[in-house]
Amino acid sequence: MNDFLLIFRRDESVDLQMTPEQLTAINKPWQDWMGSLAAQNKLADSGNRLHPDGRVVKPGAIVTDGPYVEVKEAIGGYIVVRAASFDEAAELSKGCPILDTNGTVEVRQILPMAH
Amino acid sequence: MQNHQLLPHLYRTEYRKIIAVLARLFGFEHIQIAEDLTSDTFLLASETWANDKLPPNPTAWLYTVAKNKAKDYLKHNTVFEQKVSQHLRIETARAEELNIDLSEANINDSQLQMMFAICQPIIAVEAQIGLALRILCGFSIDEIADAFLSNKETINKRLFRAKEKLREQQVKIEFPDSKEINKRLEAVLITLYLLFNEGYYSVSSNTNLRKDLCLEAMRLTYLLVENRATDLPQVNALFSLMCFHASRFEARIDKNGEIIIYDEQDSNLWNDELISRGTHYLIRASKGDQLTRYHLEAAIAYWHTQKADSANKWENILQLYNKLLILEYSPMAALNRTYALAKAEGKKKAIIEAEKLTGHLYHSLLGYLYTDVDNDKALEHLQTALKMAKTSAEKTQIRKNIKKLN
Repeated sequence: MNDFLLIFRRDESVDLQMTPEQLTAINKPWQDWMGSLAAQNKLADSGNRLHPDGRVVKPGAIVTDGPYVEVKEAIGGYIVVRAASFDEAAELSKGCPILDTNGTVEVRQILPMAH
Repeated sequence: MQNHQLLPHLYRTEYRKIIAVLARLFGFEHIQIAEDLTSDTFLLASETWANDKLPPNPTAWLYTVAKNKAKDYLKHNTVFEQKVSQHLRIETARAEELNIDLSEANINDSQLQMMFAICQPIIAVEAQIGLALRILCGFSIDEIADAFLSNKETINKRLFRAKEKLREQQVKIEFPDSKEINKRLEAVLITLYLLFNEGYYSVSSNTNLRKDLCLEAMRLTYLLVENRATDLPQVNALFSLMCFHASRFEARIDKNGEIIIYDEQDSNLWNDELISRGTHYLIRASKGDQLTRYHLEAAIAYWHTQKADSANKWENILQLYNKLLILEYSPMAALNRTYALAKAEGKKKAIIEAEKLTGHLYHSLLGYLYTDVDNDKALEHLQTALKMAKTSAEKTQIRKNIKKLN
């Protein structure tokens, strides 16, 4: 078993248009999906959501506003799952609710730090 | 109460009080002395009371004898006095002046301190439960062996090793620092939770003993609720959980000692008083921003006390199981989540989820889910489940489910 980081990317402007009721309703599919992963004992870390704002720090101590990506591919959050292979990790990702709002899941294997 | 019943009754209620106070006095280094003195006290009672010559106040008699035995021990055991009394928790020059306080307040304090001393992750959790049953609940070695489906020798060895370990680590019988209390409390709550579960889910057929285990776990948890320093949200949540579970004591076991599953219980037998106590402590647990597994399990148990079977009830239970599993995986929670999903959103959705699970109750669950959806598949899974079943209670339940298919 290896740990895989699942990175959720989606068009951020969609979030901003949602009503509070819609935002609450979105919670259920996420809880159901993560509950399902956890029930299979495949959820290694329940991760976090990320604030849309950010800073980018560049060489020469230059700090700019905003994450340094296309707004359509902004990272909204992440979790860590346990899986035997990339295929299994990708299979687990297919139920992710981010896909219902045209977002994507990036699957990356976590490599242990070399000591 | 009949005379011949009185002594066993007092043993159950008073042994733990006397030993807690004496052990606190002697310290864990010499807990054997405290145990011997307490046992001697009851031995003397059984000899002197044999011919119906009961003292007017038997409890007071026991306390007096225990006090005198402790004082005598200190007076006559010069080795002990010279080498060890300097370590005594209570500084005293002369044994006659030693104040052995068997007041209710001191008994409670001593039991709380003993609870923190025993519940240490340095010893295995079964050993913690065993020691708690022996020292904090006054269970005999036979009863502990019965509860664990084990034998006297194994239990004796287990407790002996555990005590030795606590001695080696120089564990003190004292109240933890206020800074440490949350962390130390974690181990105490786990032990009390498992002690309760041991009674509630145990495979032992001795229903009275099982109920006693649950009641003892509740009594000890209540000591924590009553104490200002430990009256914390997670403690109230655990107590609430125990109240809700205990409310179904009468409904969940039939005349033959067999478990009646939740769906088939007569809800008129659920105990309303315990349900409202559970609700009271769940509200008390809601202070602060900490959400522990005890909070989630108590909330799940709360929804189970709602008699009306609505989609809303099971949707709430499903979401609580999601949260519980995200916090901490357990095979039982995984199965229960899938059951709640079937109740909330239908069997078809639940079958897809159940097929992803593993574990020895997996086939039982699928057998239930396929019932009335695909009875051939249901039978197949139930027959596999029957082969894998570990206890006779499980087998009985599976046979019942197979019968329902026809």
